[in-house]
Amino acid sequence: MTTLSGQSVSIIRGDRCLCRDLAFSVESGELLLIEGPNGSGKTSLLRGISGLLTLDTGELTLNGVPVSQIWQSFRGELIWLSHRVGFKADLNLSENLAFEKNLRSTSNTKLTSILKRLDLDQIATLPFGLLSAGQRRRAGLARLLMGAGRIWILDEPLTNLDASGQSLVQELITEHLASKGICIAASHGPLKVDATTHRIKLG
Amino acid sequence: MSDKGTANVFSGFIAVVRRDLLLSWKRPGDILNPLFFFLMVCTLFPLAGGPTAEQLQLSGPGVMWVGALLATLLSLNSLFVSDYEDGSLDQLILSSQPLPLFALGKSTAHWLTNGVPLVLISPLIAIMFQMPVQTIVIMMVTLVFGTISLSLLGAIGSALTIGAHRASSLLSLLILPLAMPILIFGARTASLSMTNDPTAAGIYFLGAYCMFALSLAPFATAAALRICNE
Repeated sequence: MTTLSGQSVSIIRGDRCLCRDLAFSVESGELLLIEGPNGSGKTSLLRGISGLLTLDTGELTLNGVPVSQIWQSFRGELIWLSHRVGFKADLNLSENLAFEKNLRSTSNTKLTSILKRLDLDQIATLPFGLLSAGQRRRAGLARLLMGAGRIWILDEPLTNLDASGQSLVQELITEHLASKGICIAASHGPLKVDATTHRIKLG
Repeated sequence: MSDKGTANVFSGFIAVVRRDLLLSWKRPGDILNPLFFFLMVCTLFPLAGGPTAEQLQLSGPGVMWVGALLATLLSLNSLFVSDYEDGSLDQLILSSQPLPLFALGKSTAHWLTNGVPLVLISPLIAIMFQMPVQTIVIMMVTLVFGTISLSLLGAIGSALTIGAHRASSLLSLLILPLAMPILIFGARTASLSMTNDPTAAGIYFLGAYCMFALSLAPFATAAALRICNE
């Protein structure tokens, strides 16, 4: 059982306070949904939780241990996905994913079966820069299937995806939660996932 | 477990070097532009200055070193920009591997794709400046140490300026003070070898400076990347 919780989390960007004294707690198999209009600070909060952004106050704990003391193992548990997918435009998908393998611990799932599941096997040898916005987002999902991290942090996971892509994301999240993972997602639309859902409303 | 840890650490370093080399291979312009810049500066200078062998020999080391320094600065501008813009920097920072080793990997790949070609092409230019053989050798040695130091120190400046667009002048301002000793010792050591004066001291200094950069720059670069990526 894993519990990730935050106490009195505040994030200030410039002269705006995006959230003040926020407290949350999310356990294995649960979804934490961050909702709010554009510009309300959803991405900043996700960046704060992942450690890309320093929190102005408050702290995160993983199973009661402050995250600041166990950075390395905490990062090993994280999988971060946003609209900036993090793949190189000049490399093809297989080359990008081969590099990805060196960054964090990976599951044993075969790359070919991951690409097949995401319906990307036809375009795996094209340079990533040639793919459409939706295909890029879909390619980003490969990171979720490839990684062994239990904490998924997803920034607007449904953006740019077609109907089948959106249902695929919701299916992946449901599977991940069923296998005792944690998912933290920011979204301004509803996310149809059958699991215990905590909500944070910003803005 | 510790065995596995070390193996993993180096696999991350090697992966960054390999990825950046592959990227340069797919976009050869990134390597060729600074190299052409270096060639142009060095070939145009004798045309504008005097053509006699004496004048060429006198100005040669200085011109070559200034050309090499500016060419390296030119290529350093884009070291982290694409990583920042496409989000792969986020992934590197969130990796469970130490960020300084990734920074070292970026510098290593930069040196291999920019420093090494520059060193390899320098004898050609040195011949043009009528340099004797012993000076060409010294020139190459100083350029090896100098370009390694510049790739390492330049990474700090490049990391500090990722958020500021079109920050090439800012990068130069940040890096030039650190690069001055390299320029002075590099050019002077090569000039000294022309008159058969001892050159060991200058080379030792450049070697020491290179080791200094190697041991500290990756940590500074990693810290700069963390702050500037926020």
